[in-house]
Amino acid sequence: MALDSEKKQVFKVVGTRPARPDGIDKVTGRAMYGADATAPGMLVGRILRSPHAHAIIRSIDTSAAEALKGVKAVVTSADFGAPEDESIRDVQDNCMARGKALYHGHAVAAVAANSAVVASQALKLIKVDYQILPHVTDVDEAMRPGAPVVQADRAFENVAAGFSENVTSQCEFGHGDLEAGFAKADKVIERSFTTAATHQGYIEPHACLASMTPDGKGDLWCCTQGQFHVRTVCAEIMGMDASQLRVTASEIGGGFGGKTTVFIEPVALALSRKSGRPVKIVMTRDEVFKATGPTVSSSMDVKIGMTKDGRITAAQARLRYQAGAFPSETVTYGAQSAFAAYDLKAVETIGWNVLTNRPKEAAYRAPGAPMAIYAVESVVDELCQELSLDPLDVRLKNAADKGTKSSYGPTFEAIGLRATLEAAKAHPHYTAPLGVNQGRGLSCGFWFNFGGNTCVSLNINTDGTVGITEGNPDIGGSRASISQMAAEELGIPYEKVRTIIADTNSLGYNDVTDGSRVTFSVGLATIEAARNAIKVMCGRVAKIWGIDEDAVIWEDGCAKPSGPNAGSFDPMSIEEIAAISANTGGPIAGHFEVNADGAGVSFGVHLADVEVDPETGATKVVRYTVFQDAGKAVHPDYVEGQMQGGAVQGIGWALNEEYIYGKNGLLQNPGFLDYRIPVASDLPDIETVILEIPNPGHPYGVRGVGETPIVPPLAALSNAVSRAIGRRMFELPMSPPKLLKAMSQKR
Amino acid sequence: MRYEKPSTAQEATNLLATEPGIARVLSGGTDVLVQIKAGMIEPDLIVDIKNLDRIRDITPEQGGFRIGAAVSGATLGEHAGVTALWPGVVEAFELIGSTQVQGRATMAGNLCNGSPAADSVPAMVAANAIARIAGPDGARNCPVQDIPVSPGRTALAKGEFITSIFLPARPERAADAYLRFTPRTEMDIAVASAAVSLELDADGTCTSARIALGAIAPTVVLVDAASICIIGTKLDATSLEAMSEACSAACNPIDDKRGTVEFRTRIVGVLAKRAALIAYKRAGGRA
Ligand SMILES: Cc1cc2nc3c(=O)[nH]c(=O)nc-3n(C[C@H](O)[C@H](O)[C@H](O)COP(=O)(O)OP(=O)(O)OC[C@H]3O[C@@H](n4cnc5c(N)ncnc54)[C@H](O)[C@@H]3O)c2cc1C
Repeated sequence: MALDSEKKQVFKVVGTRPARPDGIDKVTGRAMYGADATAPGMLVGRILRSPHAHAIIRSIDTSAAEALKGVKAVVTSADFGAPEDESIRDVQDNCMARGKALYHGHAVAAVAANSAVVASQALKLIKVDYQILPHVTDVDEAMRPGAPVVQADRAFENVAAGFSENVTSQCEFGHGDLEAGFAKADKVIERSFTTAATHQGYIEPHACLASMTPDGKGDLWCCTQGQFHVRTVCAEIMGMDASQLRVTASEIGGGFGGKTTVFIEPVALALSRKSGRPVKIVMTRDEVFKATGPTVSSSMDVKIGMTKDGRITAAQARLRYQAGAFPSETVTYGAQSAFAAYDLKAVETIGWNVLTNRPKEAAYRAPGAPMAIYAVESVVDELCQELSLDPLDVRLKNAADKGTKSSYGPTFEAIGLRATLEAAKAHPHYTAPLGVNQGRGLSCGFWFNFGGNTCVSLNINTDGTVGITEGNPDIGGSRASISQMAAEELGIPYEKVRTIIADTNSLGYNDVTDGSRVTFSVGLATIEAARNAIKVMCGRVAKIWGIDEDAVIWEDGCAKPSGPNAGSFDPMSIEEIAAISANTGGPIAGHFEVNADGAGVSFGVHLADVEVDPETGATKVVRYTVFQDAGKAVHPDYVEGQMQGGAVQGIGWALNEEYIYGKNGLLQNPGFLDYRIPVASDLPDIETVILEIPNPGHPYGVRGVGETPIVPPLAALSNAVSRAIGRRMFELPMSPPKLLKAMSQKR
Repeated sequence: MRYEKPSTAQEATNLLATEPGIARVLSGGTDVLVQIKAGMIEPDLIVDIKNLDRIRDITPEQGGFRIGAAVSGATLGEHAGVTALWPGVVEAFELIGSTQVQGRATMAGNLCNGSPAADSVPAMVAANAIARIAGPDGARNCPVQDIPVSPGRTALAKGEFITSIFLPARPERAADAYLRFTPRTEMDIAVASAAVSLELDADGTCTSARIALGAIAPTVVLVDAASICIIGTKLDATSLEAMSEACSAACNPIDDKRGTVEFRTRIVGVLAKRAALIAYKRAGGRA
């Protein structure tokens, strides 16, 4: 949807770096996060979780817990209904196990009590009679016929024969004649890869406060990436009308996709309904690791054929994604994005979703893409090594471009891949000398980006300042970017605008903050809302001046006559117009609602230099540069922050982060000590190079930037390490024991 | 749960000795409070020792230093005398945690928590540090080396606690060093570690060596077989290699989420070798 015929090229506010509006609150501890909500008479909710990986729940005896002084309510799956919609039912069953505990940490009961101490005591008094079942936590094992079945009857009919029931879906993408393509290649390489499940690792644990009144009204305050989605899911689970449940999103301490679903909200609502009191639940870090979404782990095969001069002739990928205990679509995104960076005549990807006894996978920044692209970019790099070709030249030679039929179907519009690759090639990093035990790796990355349902109100206050009401929790500084775009359009200073995130009663439905959609979609809606407000203001001024509405134009925050023929009037500023609005027709506002298209896909290229200690297997990232197309960087600090943050999360994924399960199916490392996210001293400065190839689908050319940067680091690091140690790595994370072993096998 | 903050060692000992339930000494609390919060322990009595006389003092004694049991990492790190005499002990202790943790963590707490991976313990053992213990039967001295008996357990009897740790005097041309391996550069737990304390003669030949290893056995291991390899040498490559192998041979590690037996065994020798070279250089030797 090209909303704009005349693209704005010269910016005054967009592209500057004003102080973030939420900064002071956050650094002084004043910001209201999920756990900061309170209500009179509030109870503490705690959740009892399965100590087993897979077990039938024969019975739950809550009588002793209920009898404990200070306990006001106990709930189990018996306190929930049976929603018709299967996906909602899955969410409910994930929030509270029904009949079977499907993973270590699966919720089985919950209490609400006067204090945390009483609540913890009550949990110990709940007697659950478990019948332990065989479990499976590995994706390849789970696919084999005869594997323990996590959930029966969940497989779609199109799944090929020969798998266990855990394989719930299969997807296929591609075009062209593979066989002919591989026949044309001078070199064909086929490799298998695995990646571990990694957690989004947000600092703020999930938290909510629920309050249900006896007449069926509900209020929910929670930390989420999407209050409207929370309302939809919770209202259905609780059997309520959407109008009766108001959801307010708190300030959010990180989400990265992991807060796009619900884990505790229905439980708090059920406890509140049963106890008649407000109930607050705050997860511990242990619970966050055990029961909220990590991303999928994967097992993959990739086969690519290349000519001597570096042209890819055919490419094929098989992706097996483990999504935990419930069906998931993530593998589809992996299968679609695997080869997106390449212009291919023959390509095929097949993906399978697999159930295991692990927590339900949740979205994590570009869900599904990093693993698939890691495997593809590793094979491309190995081909470059084998054929003695420059890895950037090979990418340039095969790069997708405007007009390329993508590996997943659509034909690309203007995209920034080639420009990004060229920027990387021209950058001094690419040719800087490497030291002993060092290696350089690179990788392309891709993400679709999304637009979606968006609703914005823009109010002109009576003093001429502006209040914006939008519905997407700010996880990356979007309030500043939205204010900037409004200020730009209205021709007023940034400081005159304040943007807030409203509750579900204040606006129409807004999609979740995901898909890198907010700066694009909410920005677009804000610009249009501003234009609508401008139209109203010009109309009011036209009446005052007694001229045609068309004869009034808007410039630099003022209404002006469109030219000498329109008459001679002094410009009226937004302040002047607002001050007399009561006399000209009442309050002035602009609104805009859209299901936005045209988000514009996003590409990035990362360059990584690493040094591997040959005696310990420890990897140090010595230099790292991110190149990415942002369309238009509204607030460059935040764009750089997204690029750096994604790179860091990807580096952690590549080197140390992993969910470790014991033979008993229990999670071994549910804490930040043994789940190793990189610390600041593990990292070099992450250099950033922002490219601006305007997105035709946005009035200012904006593209989402939040997800693409987590995609390339996995392969960039693996390629760098493989080159540094002279041996190809096929497994993530590349933790020191694995690297030391690999290095000694070579000798 | 009762909390007491006595002002004499006698009082503290009485409280600990007479508590019928679970009693815990509280020093910096960076282990105790974390364990309580995680529900790993539910003590009936907490005896905070930070109010005891001289418990936070660093006192010169017979050419060495007596370090009060409640001296924090931050305080020790700022003490020029200790840092000059036992740089390896100080660097080991300062590796613990973050700036915040350093403001509270103590060596005595690190020792009595009983973790095989405790960072300051191998350094104290290599330094031949002596703990002073208060107890129902009065005070006694005990080499730090003899305090850990198994993961989480110490040789302290009921009612006993450490009041200070003594780091002895040492001749000229002596120094120590500590290295640990962690997948991250900080905020991590040692997968293996090595502390080396050396004395050299005037021409740089090693005359005495103590090598202690951490995280590769249920308790800290002092490896005499490794010391022998470098005593009488100038730490040439061959002797260092032999020392490194002796360290690996002394390992009795476990396979766990933090590292494999194979990995721990290999890298502990590497760490010992590297730590020995640092200590040698600090002592004035030229390798
Ligand atoms: C974020 C973080 C990071 C950490 N990083 C590291 C690290 O890198 N390396 C490392 O080794 N440790 C680390 N630790 C663990 C801890 O900080 C150290 O073990 C610290 O030295 C403990 O000292 P403390 O005074 O706080 O002990 P406390 O918690 O007060 O006590 C620890 C134990 O010793 C007992 N105790 C304390 N003092 C005495 C005494 N005088 N006599 C007898 N018993 C006593 C207590 O009863 C308890 O059982 C970390 C902890 C945290 C929270």
